[in-house]
Amino acid sequence: MSTIVKGRRIGLNGDRAVAYAVKQADVDVISAYPITPQTIIVEALAEYVNNGELNAAFIPVESEHTALSAAVGASLAGARVFTATASQGLALMYEILWIAAGLRTTIVMALGNRAFSPNINIHCSHDDAYAARDTGWIQFFAENVQEAYDLTLQAFRISEDKRVLFPSIVNLDGFILTHSLEGLYVLDDKDVKDFLPPKDPVNPIDPESPKTYGPLDLYDWYIEHKRQQAEHFNNTLPIIEEVFNEYYELAGRKYTPVKTYGMEDAEVAIVVLGSSAGSVRYVAKRLRRRGRKVGVVSLTLFRPLPVEEIIEVLSSVKVVAVMDRSYSFGSPGAPLFLDINAALSNAKERPLLFNVIYGLGGRDLTPDHILAIYDRAEDIARSGEVKERQIWVGVRG
Amino acid sequence: MNQIKTLRDIPTREQLAPGHRLCAGCGIPQIVRFVLKAVPDPKVVVNATGCLEVATTIFPYTSWKVPWIHNAFENVAATASGIEAAFKIMEKKRGRRKPRIIAFGGDGGTFDIGLQALSGALERGHDLLYICYDNEAYMNTGIQRSGATPKGASTTTSPAGRVIPGKLERKKDLISIAIAHGVKYAATLNPAYPVDMYNKIVKAASTSGPTVLHYFTPCPTGWYFDPSRSIEVARLAVQTRIWPLYEYDNGVYRITVMVKKPRPIEDYFKLQGRFRHLLKPENKWLLDEIKKEVEENWNRLLKLSGAST
Repeated sequence: MSTIVKGRRIGLNGDRAVAYAVKQADVDVISAYPITPQTIIVEALAEYVNNGELNAAFIPVESEHTALSAAVGASLAGARVFTATASQGLALMYEILWIAAGLRTTIVMALGNRAFSPNINIHCSHDDAYAARDTGWIQFFAENVQEAYDLTLQAFRISEDKRVLFPSIVNLDGFILTHSLEGLYVLDDKDVKDFLPPKDPVNPIDPESPKTYGPLDLYDWYIEHKRQQAEHFNNTLPIIEEVFNEYYELAGRKYTPVKTYGMEDAEVAIVVLGSSAGSVRYVAKRLRRRGRKVGVVSLTLFRPLPVEEIIEVLSSVKVVAVMDRSYSFGSPGAPLFLDINAALSNAKERPLLFNVIYGLGGRDLTPDHILAIYDRAEDIARSGEVKERQIWVGVRG
Repeated sequence: MNQIKTLRDIPTREQLAPGHRLCAGCGIPQIVRFVLKAVPDPKVVVNATGCLEVATTIFPYTSWKVPWIHNAFENVAATASGIEAAFKIMEKKRGRRKPRIIAFGGDGGTFDIGLQALSGALERGHDLLYICYDNEAYMNTGIQRSGATPKGASTTTSPAGRVIPGKLERKKDLISIAIAHGVKYAATLNPAYPVDMYNKIVKAASTSGPTVLHYFTPCPTGWYFDPSRSIEVARLAVQTRIWPLYEYDNGVYRITVMVKKPRPIEDYFKLQGRFRHLLKPENKWLLDEIKKEVEENWNRLLKLSGAST
């Protein structure tokens, strides 16, 4: 991270930091329904609107399904649109996630990552983020409150870029980030305005130029449209990096799709998403001081998956532990594990991999757990054999 | 407000192009064409999944000469809410003119799966015209019963069987549901009464806030009648008092087509395959129940409108 930092330093929790970014983005429409742990975001936005600090329509919808449905309509009409949800709310939106992406809306959604029921739990898992992984939304993972703020601003810019036109999700770990007060730098409103001018919509709803959105599309065209969407989506990566670079020039904070620590000489590595990256890095730092060649790879960008970058940082490592804060029943691995495996599948060299299930429903990930994962990875590096493809950490009994 | 006196007063400009795939005798095109004629430009149409959606927008074709948006099945009112809110704020912030927002949903998309979204939109008071084209079952998927299917009707999921003679439950009262949300204007429509229909659309469109129109939509395919008899079936629905034509305008109920001497309900039933079993002697109990309920509903409306029998 650069030392040239613009803006002022204030203290906010993750939810309020997202709301502050949304206010500075001067959104036109907020369509949202309360759900823990993102509720603070929509409360803060409702306050901004009702106090005249944000000139936006706040649609207090009756469900998350409607939150996203209305957001789709508003985005197609040409508005800059924000929504937020978590867990069950995301599940209720599921049908519309695909439609929001396929109709090329530019909605930005904050997802306060929370475990799916049952049993009902309000704390962090990545079930909701993973449920959205195939739907055509760009997905970012914030590691701390600063990143939640920065990624929200960048998400609007990326989604609305005419070469992109896909909606974005900014993931922030439930409670760990949504409710934690941290110091962060916020930009001046003027700087945000320069970085993020008013939305210039592509083919918005316009009675002067009537268009049909969302027609019936059968076997004679559907597959071509999906192929086109796939190509456009996969081509967004360089544009995302371009915006990251512009933001670096503006804010002095450099974002990259893949964040690495110690990977220049690491023999074993942990791959992780979200706030846990900081804890893993903390342990890795201590181990490296003792001469152990361990590294950390965390993904700021989860969709589209930065495959080439993953191959570059991981293919020459001996062992990789992929950490998933979710479980995929009946699958040989949880989603991130499958992704990393698939990304490396045609690499000339590839490491041995194992999958770590951790932190479900807000269970703490402690330095001891992380240490044990590195120990195991080093054992595998020595023996050349993965005895258990998947392990759970932090589970009793 | 451009109220009309005769059919000749209806504008000739069409904004629904021919070539769509709605069935012969289907009642849907008439409401769509009338709405597009009666609601002034600029306007935007939002459409729930259903017959109207699939038959008018088969890619790469479209029948719509106005902006048309289809999102999903249960969320037409939600999508329309978002469009309305967006245009309202964009008009304020950037001077983009707000068009009139029209939502079309079938009875499944309105009475059943879309009722929550409709309720939310009505409660929030969005400025939109909601039209339910009610063909009294899920016709697009092949005639399954809905909350709008009338008592006694045979559908593929409420077949007239040897033990259970069709649907035994009453149709929901959509207009009362709308009124309970505090809408200022709600009305029933029927294609056999085009002038009444046109004038109600004009009234609804010139009322600010949410308004709800409930349109009787004859369906030869799902009701089993000769497509050439669509309007006759529709007219009989009114003349038997099965489909009363009335409006609710700022707190005042008014029956707009008074039916002094109703035709026998059997006249309406015998034209349609979906009701034919009700004319068998063993189902007389059900026919009697239906007759009683039709009468009760008519009397309720008479009372509400302050009219005398």
